[in-house]
Amino acid sequence: MIALLTRDLRLAIRAGGGFGLGLAFFLILAVLVPLGVGPEPAVLAAIAPGVLWVGALLACLLSLDRIFALDWEDGSLDLLATAPIPLEGVVSIKALAHWITTGLPLVLAAPLLGVLLNLPGEAFGWLVLSLLLGTPALSVIGTFGAALTVGLKRGGLLLSLLVLPLYIPTLVFGAEVVTRGAAGLPVQTALLLLAGITAGSVAILPFASAAVIRINLR
Amino acid sequence: MSSFWEYANPRRFMRTTDWLLPVVAAAALVVTATGLIWGFFFTPDDFRQGSTVKIIFLHVPSALMAINAWIMMLVASLIWVVRRHHVSALAAKAAAPVGMVMTMIALFTGAVWGQPMWGTWWAWDPRLTSFLILFLFYLGYIALWSAIEDPDTGADLTAVLCLVGTVFALLSRYAAFFWSQGLHQGASLSLAPGTRVDWAYKAPLYVSMTGFALIFVALVLAGTRTEIRARRMQALVARERMT
Repeated sequence: MIALLTRDLRLAIRAGGGFGLGLAFFLILAVLVPLGVGPEPAVLAAIAPGVLWVGALLACLLSLDRIFALDWEDGSLDLLATAPIPLEGVVSIKALAHWITTGLPLVLAAPLLGVLLNLPGEAFGWLVLSLLLGTPALSVIGTFGAALTVGLKRGGLLLSLLVLPLYIPTLVFGAEVVTRGAAGLPVQTALLLLAGITAGSVAILPFASAAVIRINLR
Repeated sequence: MSSFWEYANPRRFMRTTDWLLPVVAAAALVVTATGLIWGFFFTPDDFRQGSTVKIIFLHVPSALMAINAWIMMLVASLIWVVRRHHVSALAAKAAAPVGMVMTMIALFTGAVWGQPMWGTWWAWDPRLTSFLILFLFYLGYIALWSAIEDPDTGADLTAVLCLVGTVFALLSRYAAFFWSQGLHQGASLSLAPGTRVDWAYKAPLYVSMTGFALIFVALVLAGTRTEIRARRMQALVARERMT
C-alpha cells in the first residue's frame, strides 16, 4: 500500500500537469473574483470565506479525472484490482494520494489567498482548520465520482455534474466555519458537523468506489 | 397466490400493464382534473392570499411527487442491487425524468406563488434550496444513465449513485436548514394536531395529490414499458448480428 502511495505521488509530481495545476487554478480564481466584484475591502472581506471554499472545491474537481483515467488507459487498474490488497484499500490510497497532491497544497496556500481577498485576521486559523478537515472529504467524494465515470470517453463534464452536488454539505459547513470565525461567533457546531461529514465519507465511500470500479472493470 | 415479485418477469409485467396502464392513466386524468377544477373554481379565495392560494393544488402535489419519485427510485435501485430484477432497474430509469419534471413544476409554481406573497421570485430559503439541489441530483442521475452504453453497467452504476446520492441529498437538506433561515412556511399537511389548512382547501388538495400520484404511476409504467421494448429490440438486433 505504501508502494502504491509513493507510486501515485511520484506519478502526480513527475508526470506534470496535475500537481501544480490545481494550485494555479486556485490562485487565478482568487485574482479573478476581485476583478469581477470590485476592489472594496469590505465587500471582499464579506465574500472571502465563500470564495476561498468554492475555489478549493473547483481546484479539487480539476484533478479528479486523473485519479483513475491513466491507470484505466494503460490497464494497470485491472492489475490493481487483482492485486492481493483489497480494492477498497487501493481506492483509499488513491484518494489519499489525491489529497496530498491537491488538498494539502490548497490548505497551505489558502491563507496567502486570504490576504489577497482581505479575509478578516481572526478567520485565518479557522480557514486553515476547516480546509484541513474538509478537503479529505472532497478527495474521497471525488474519488467516488472518478470511479463512476472511469469507463466513459468524455467523462470530465459528467464528473463535475455528478460530484458537485455531492460537495454541497461539505461546502456549506466548511464555509460556515470560516464565516462564523470571521464574525467572531462560536464555530464549534459547524466544525463538528464538517468533521462528521469527513469521517463518514472516509469510512463509507471507499466501499462504494470499490464496488463501482468492480462494475466498470466487468 | 401471485406475489409482487412475479412482475420481475418482463413478460408478466407487460401482460399485466397491458390492461393496467390504460386504467391508471384514465383514473389519473379523471382524478387530477377533478382535483384541479374543484380547487381552482369551487373553493373560496383566501382572506389574506386572495386567489393566489389556489396554486397550492399544483404546488404541493408536485413537490410531494418530486420527493416520492426519488424514494421510489431508491427502492427500485435497492431491489436491482439485491435481487437483480431488470424491470426494477428500468422502472428507476423511467421514474427519473418524471421526478425531475415534478421538481421543476414545484419550483416554478413556488416562484409564481412567491412573487405576490413574499415579493420575490426566488429566495435562498432552505426548502427552496434543497429542492434546487434535488433537481441537480436528478440531472446527474439522468446524465449518468444516458452516458453509459451497456445497460447492465448503467443500471449498476446509477443504482450506486442513487444510494450515495440519497445520503448526500439528505445531508444537503440539513445543511441548507443549518445555513439559512426560512421564508417558506412549515408543513402544510401533517398528522400532528392543530389546524393548518381548512377542509375547504384540504379536500380538493388530497384529490389532486392522489391525481398526481396516479399520473406518476401511469408515466412510470409507460416509461418502463418503453424501456422493456427498447431492450427487446436491442436483443433482437444482437441476435440478428449473430446469425
